[in-house]
Amino acid sequence: MAVVETENEAHDDHHDHGEFIAHHFDSAEQQFDSGKLGIWLFLVTEVLFFSGLFVAYTLYRVLHPEIFDQAHVFLDKYLGFANTLVLLFSSLTMAVAVRYSQLGKNGHVVWYVLGTMVCAAAFLGVKAIEYTHKWDQGIFVRSAFDYHPGHHEAPAGTLAHALGVSEYLIWLSIIPLLLVVGFAVYAAIARMIEKPNASFFSACMAIAIGGYFIGALAGHFYMEITDGGLGGRSEKAAALMAYENETHSDDEHTNKPVDHHDESAVEQQRAESEIAPYQGPQSDEFDQDVGIFFSIYYCMTGLHAIHIIAGIAFLAWILWRSILGHWRSDYFGPCDYVGLYWHLVDLIWIYLFPLLYLID
Amino acid sequence: MSHNHDSGFAHPAAPKLLIGVFVVLVLLTILTLFMSTVDMGLMGPFGFWIAMSIASFKAALVLLFFMHMYWDKPFNVLVFLSSSLFVILFIGLTLMDQSHYKKSVDEYPRQPDTPNMSP
Amino acid sequence: MATAAERKKLFGHAENNYLNCSKGFRSWAFTLDHKRIGVMYLIGVTFALLLAGVFALVLRTNLWTNTSELLSDKMYNQMFTLHGAVMVFAFIIPSIPAALGNFVLPMMLGAKDVAFPRLNLCSFYLWVIGTGFLLWAILSGRGLDTGWTFYTPYSIQTDTGVIYATFGAFVLGFSSIFTGLNFLVTVNTMRAPGQGWFKMPLFLWGLYSTAIIQILATPVLGITLLLLIAEKSMHIGIFDPKYGGDPVLFQHFFWFYSHPAVYIMILPGMGVISELIAVYSRKKVFGYSFIAFSSVAIAVLGFLVWGHHMFTSGQSVVVTLIFSAITFTVAIPSAVKVFNWLATMYKGSIALTTPMCYALSFIFLFGIGGLTGLFLGALSTDIHLHDTYFIVAHFHFVMVGGTLTALLGGVFHWWPKMFGRMYNDNLGRLSCFLVFLGFNVTFFPQFVMGARGMPRRYASYDPEFIIFHQWSTVGAFVLGLGIVLAFGVLVYAVFKGPKVAGNPFGAASLEWQSSSPPDFHNFIHQPVLCGPYEFESMVYDEELDTYVLREFMEPSEHPKVEPEPQTH
Repeated sequence: MAVVETENEAHDDHHDHGEFIAHHFDSAEQQFDSGKLGIWLFLVTEVLFFSGLFVAYTLYRVLHPEIFDQAHVFLDKYLGFANTLVLLFSSLTMAVAVRYSQLGKNGHVVWYVLGTMVCAAAFLGVKAIEYTHKWDQGIFVRSAFDYHPGHHEAPAGTLAHALGVSEYLIWLSIIPLLLVVGFAVYAAIARMIEKPNASFFSACMAIAIGGYFIGALAGHFYMEITDGGLGGRSEKAAALMAYENETHSDDEHTNKPVDHHDESAVEQQRAESEIAPYQGPQSDEFDQDVGIFFSIYYCMTGLHAIHIIAGIAFLAWILWRSILGHWRSDYFGPCDYVGLYWHLVDLIWIYLFPLLYLID
Repeated sequence: MSHNHDSGFAHPAAPKLLIGVFVVLVLLTILTLFMSTVDMGLMGPFGFWIAMSIASFKAALVLLFFMHMYWDKPFNVLVFLSSSLFVILFIGLTLMDQSHYKKSVDEYPRQPDTPNMSP
Repeated sequence: MATAAERKKLFGHAENNYLNCSKGFRSWAFTLDHKRIGVMYLIGVTFALLLAGVFALVLRTNLWTNTSELLSDKMYNQMFTLHGAVMVFAFIIPSIPAALGNFVLPMMLGAKDVAFPRLNLCSFYLWVIGTGFLLWAILSGRGLDTGWTFYTPYSIQTDTGVIYATFGAFVLGFSSIFTGLNFLVTVNTMRAPGQGWFKMPLFLWGLYSTAIIQILATPVLGITLLLLIAEKSMHIGIFDPKYGGDPVLFQHFFWFYSHPAVYIMILPGMGVISELIAVYSRKKVFGYSFIAFSSVAIAVLGFLVWGHHMFTSGQSVVVTLIFSAITFTVAIPSAVKVFNWLATMYKGSIALTTPMCYALSFIFLFGIGGLTGLFLGALSTDIHLHDTYFIVAHFHFVMVGGTLTALLGGVFHWWPKMFGRMYNDNLGRLSCFLVFLGFNVTFFPQFVMGARGMPRRYASYDPEFIIFHQWSTVGAFVLGLGIVLAFGVLVYAVFKGPKVAGNPFGAASLEWQSSSPPDFHNFIHQPVLCGPYEFESMVYDEELDTYVLREFMEPSEHPKVEPEPQTH
């Protein structure tokens, strides 16, 4: 009948070879199945979390199809396309990383996870270029929307001016720069105090986050080459910009392309925008409507970007455990779960790309 | 499919399969981009639905092979797919209510159907 | 078969248990033990209940006269908002699942812990942080006066602490999601060997359905509140009509979560009642699968009816008709449960212990609360009753008369298991009587007032209603006294109550096959599976003064006539 067994016996029975099996699970498979169901449920919550934004998107697109048709030309579809490829590729490397974790080949996992992280950071770099380019032109959310087309040079004497980039980009890049430098320095220190794992991990992290600058540079040069690239829709965009300028100001000056080296012209333009300030929400029908599109755009892509950042943090954890060699054929759960999360982030982008960039 | 022998629950996907899926995904992305670039007068209002169908097909590929749904327990698949049901419900029922929407508060009629109740 | 000494070890009163297996602040603050987390949650939600209860008493005191002499109008608005927000987000939603559920759920499955103990602890701390933000809205002096629903456009215009409170509710939402996720996975993968879905206690079906809602609905609350914060801080123009947004869209977003959340509040309570009725009637529950599936049905139908909160919000007519029609279907599974409980009691050997008294008052109060809901689901009457005290009375009958009563009943039921001590049953019953009496005196007049047109959320009112409001205020204080008495009885029992062994009530679900309080590992032996309502498998052990599994007794030791479950 019922056998009274002590905890220790029970312990020995079940935990024959599992240093990573938590005490309340009977077997590695039960633990894995629990985690797997847990992460799928978490992904369900993520889908429903994003669903609110899709509802907002759908409602406003149904109500104002003309705005969406007009507004999306301000998004560069080739940058969006490039980012899609980057994310798809990162999904591929992640899937391969999961495969090697299932085979217990930790060394391989390290490289594929690192590849995934570089892609993730590069995605953010391109995104930073896209965002800052719009901010320069006053393309903000609904209430702050104040579109003024053309080139926008940073004030002379600033770092941004010297580099020929947006001031916003400098601010955005501070954190990744600090992280890269910090990890690189720590990698060197850890090497000196003979902590090889920590050193290797930090070096990997510096490289991974360095991906941000790869993405940002690529995006920047693309913008330079295409002159503020609008993804092959220059005619339509030019027409809209002309319309914009008419509604904004009667002055002819604003239509002139501003000379990059002529500071006075820049200042003149700034002065003009101060003379004709934004007239409040009801002043301009077009602004109002396009502003709503960008509210939704920033909410959707911003939330997505936050998920990418969280993904990088999770991947860093996987990277560290891969370096420690934790994965084996009966224990690879965390790598699989983070992989699933990463694919979901990719999945959401698969929908965001046509919804936001390819409206025609 | 190279199944692992000493443990029942790991299903490593073959690299060839994963790369194949990736190539298909890239091709589909190019197709979507191409469709939006070339003016598809033929498709008219269906352009949106075609783009969404392609996106859904891509999503299905990611789910099935990158996310191992093909080898996963049916319950997990059910759990995830049920989320789309509730998203459709959310979007659908909310969208049914779009007719009340006015772009500005002033456009709302004051008490449209009730007669003047005040004495 | 086991000797008397072994039985004492397995089912007796345990001096070494989860409460004292380790000591010190850190052993509690960083514990991963579901039982300790459950106890911490219980303390937390009691704090929230008392805080929000004090707000309620201040409100009722203010309404003693019709001219609002105690509070300024602004203060009154803040008071009812904080009462609602703290009660809903910090008390009712986590109360039964997170406090009782955490303690009981793994034990009912014969498991050592929930599937993700760290996530469980994280959930508790998110609750603390979220509640902290809600309190910050109060303590920072800015208050909150939007009502607990944060309706736009007012919530965008007011200068009170909407952002703090919204962020608090956002964090509390994640706490709720983590609890639900944990429970759902635990039930799926960690049932005792041989414990099929239909051998689980009905409380677990209640928690499982709750978890489904928590996972599917709560994320929508998260995004709603994030968008509201963005709208308030940046005016993104999604909800704010001044910027081309749609305030009714906010209501759609909010009620997509908050209507299912109503069932997060009541389903676990229904689960508790299913346990109590069966145990104290000592009869196998009637219509097990109907009660089980009605929980799931309520969870799913709960997603289809959110629009009935918006009948007067300018929602389009077609949508209104659809939502009204579906609303009535929710009454079916609810009624199925009530009839099954009544049928369970029929010819049972009913013991009117404190938990059973609470269960009976639940059935009565929930019956009224549910039936008055039909008035509100019907379009024509709702137009008249919307935003009156009728609504206030209706949802208090369901939430307080339902959930709070069930929580108290459940706490009394599992208290001897949690702390190994028995409370004074007579005082417990007195507390139940006071709660029942006070509750009815408080809220019954509100039905009358509402039907006569007294609008909710007003600090001053027509003199015609003075008598009803005064009855209501008297009742509120009696209700408060009843809750404080229950609280006192329970706390006294922990320190001075007589020690009890594992299963004083003769219940058959697995959590009672342990010592009281349980061991750190929950069970010293692998619990022997029997049906949760097969009470004949438990026999009375005179030596221990408790019920033990029949298999553990010598046949000669079986008593000829089984006594009633003990009442002190």
